[in-house]
Amino acid sequence: MDGATTAPDVIEGEASASVERPLARVPLVLNKRNFSWITERISGVIEANAPRWWWVAFAITSMVAMFGLFCLGYQISTGVGTWGLNHPVGWAWDITNFVFWIGIGHAGTLISAILFLLRQKWRTSINRAAEAMTLFAVICAAIFPGVHVGRVWMAWYLAPLPNNYGIWPNFRSPLLWDVFAVSTYFSVSVLFWYTGLIPDLATLRDRATTKIKKFLYGIFAVGWRGSNRNWRHYEMAYLLLAGLSTPLVLSVHSVVSFDFATSIIPTWHTTIFPPYFVAGAIFGGFAMVLTLLIPARAIYKLQDIITPQHIDKMAKVILLTGSIVGYAYAMEFFVAWYSGNQYEKFAFYNRIFGPYWWYWWVGMLFCNTVSPQLFWFKRFRQNIYVVYFVCMCVNTGMWFERFIIIVGGLHRDFLPSSWGMFYPTWVDIWTFIGTFGIFTSLFLLFIRYLPMIAMSEVKIVLPEANPHHASPAEHHTVAAGGKERT
Amino acid sequence: MANFFPRWSNWLPLKISICGTFIVCGLTAGTWYYITPKYTRVGYQPIQPVPFPHDLHVSQLGMDCRYCHSFVDVAAASNLPNTQTCMACHTQVQKDNPKLEPVRASWKTGQPIEWVQLHRTPDYVYYDHSAHVNRGISCANCHGPVNHMPVVYHAKPHSMAWCLECHRHPENFLRPETQITNLDWKPEQENVASFVAKYGQPADAKDDWSKKQKLTQREIGQTLKERWNIQPPLNCQGCHR
Repeated sequence: MDGATTAPDVIEGEASASVERPLARVPLVLNKRNFSWITERISGVIEANAPRWWWVAFAITSMVAMFGLFCLGYQISTGVGTWGLNHPVGWAWDITNFVFWIGIGHAGTLISAILFLLRQKWRTSINRAAEAMTLFAVICAAIFPGVHVGRVWMAWYLAPLPNNYGIWPNFRSPLLWDVFAVSTYFSVSVLFWYTGLIPDLATLRDRATTKIKKFLYGIFAVGWRGSNRNWRHYEMAYLLLAGLSTPLVLSVHSVVSFDFATSIIPTWHTTIFPPYFVAGAIFGGFAMVLTLLIPARAIYKLQDIITPQHIDKMAKVILLTGSIVGYAYAMEFFVAWYSGNQYEKFAFYNRIFGPYWWYWWVGMLFCNTVSPQLFWFKRFRQNIYVVYFVCMCVNTGMWFERFIIIVGGLHRDFLPSSWGMFYPTWVDIWTFIGTFGIFTSLFLLFIRYLPMIAMSEVKIVLPEANPHHASPAEHHTVAAGGKERT
Repeated sequence: MANFFPRWSNWLPLKISICGTFIVCGLTAGTWYYITPKYTRVGYQPIQPVPFPHDLHVSQLGMDCRYCHSFVDVAAASNLPNTQTCMACHTQVQKDNPKLEPVRASWKTGQPIEWVQLHRTPDYVYYDHSAHVNRGISCANCHGPVNHMPVVYHAKPHSMAWCLECHRHPENFLRPETQITNLDWKPEQENVASFVAKYGQPADAKDDWSKKQKLTQREIGQTLKERWNIQPPLNCQGCHR
């Protein structure tokens, strides 16, 4: 009886799906690509020999990374004095870079976790690369707080281990919360990324030609067979990890903002910091995702998978978060005026007209607030050059924003006698450039050895994966019938 | 697709995780036990130039600690006695004992005896003996039962956690200032009536303590802590100045 009632629904649905509808959604994968095309195209990137540009790029980025590591070694062996930090600016590029990198990571988690829970199918084309970007950004971020403590071999003090000293870390310090927030974030992100990789690793294992590839992909595919049971467990694990990651998107950068918000420095002591920082993180992160994926899709001819629709949606996220950030900037000025607190007022006056004035005019105002407003217009969202330009503006602007918040808050102390400026040393500069080397080297290795697009997930959003999808032959007849009727 | 992992490899993750658990737990337990000062310091008993028997001098002859360590209650550092202190008696007593040869040699040449230091506080720790012995901390609290040691040894760990054990709860260790160098003192031996008459009792104690048969360490310690207003520093700068 049940069968009788449901059967007509299915047929009806199938028929209506095949009729051309004026409001049909633009497909997520263009040009009617099928399962095998996706497997071939994405696995092909890994299975083909590395192109020459890859070697050139990797040589450059790894050299930059090595020099960055040398700078870190020099800084650790000589002391924090190799950085330009001094009174009154005790935090400068180190924490700026930390907040910058950790912020970038947030886009990956938002795409992979929140958009997954919200059933945003377009995420499947970009989530793998965005999550990888998250991990590499968190690695770059973790370097700075780890090293800026000076005696890095004492960094274990941050861990609440029972010890001979009979003391614990200061649990009331937001700097300690930061350690927990970032380490939790990294571990959950690694788990989430790796779980998502398992079916694709199995695909690569099955296609592998050399023994060593079979062995390595085989180990990491942990015996995946694609069975019903495998898929059920996988999907539950993925859902749970998405649930675990979702609060992290919001909590990690909130905790980072507490480093400042719980202090008493004017421009730091601000209650809007947590949402402001989270919006800024997603803003900067999406810009970095686009910065990496726009060239990658062009080089590897992935335009059918990462379509203009994807870029358009990411541009809209940038517009939204950029406007939230712009609102937060404005609100800071309003509160400084409305509070009547002379220190707060001075600090914000100093932000616009003080010695670091152009950081604000260029970084915060032009790059972060004005440039994303271009994305109100579809024409600009569809123009890859405009999109790339805005992303570069946002990448730059978000670094400047953190610098203005940190150094801008510190360089004008309460007492004019304690005023000072920050001048970066070559070690400061090259450590920062070095983290770009580390980041890009890791990303290049990632696109070389792992599928940069989640093959199994993209296949799920193809029409072929829909249980109601008609085979091409059937499709043809039904469509023809539909036309006759009209 | 052929199997390229043999069947036995199915058990490998389980085996690795079990072995790993044991190794990690073993390393943790081993480090916990063997690396701490409880193990590395306690029991250290170096060979001294003269095997000075504290048990004989203190327990049998009844000498006070401060006869030799004469500045312990007025200075930050407790001194070792100079040769003259030894020779005050040993020109008369045991003057031909071969064990005392280094003392007599030092007496003749004026070169001090090179005692091997046992209790070494690191440079970055500020420790004041006088502050402790004048406020109810006995020699025995830190140095153990020296009055029963034929040759002195390291009796307590002297780790920071060990310092904090007392700084956090001094009432567990305080004793009347007259009993500081009485290393065998026991709280239950204390005369309750005279103790309460001299030091009173804590403000929040309900019954009259002078009617008690005996007092516990905690009761004595709490009384003295309040009486002397003892607030041991718990901030870093208290000791690491």
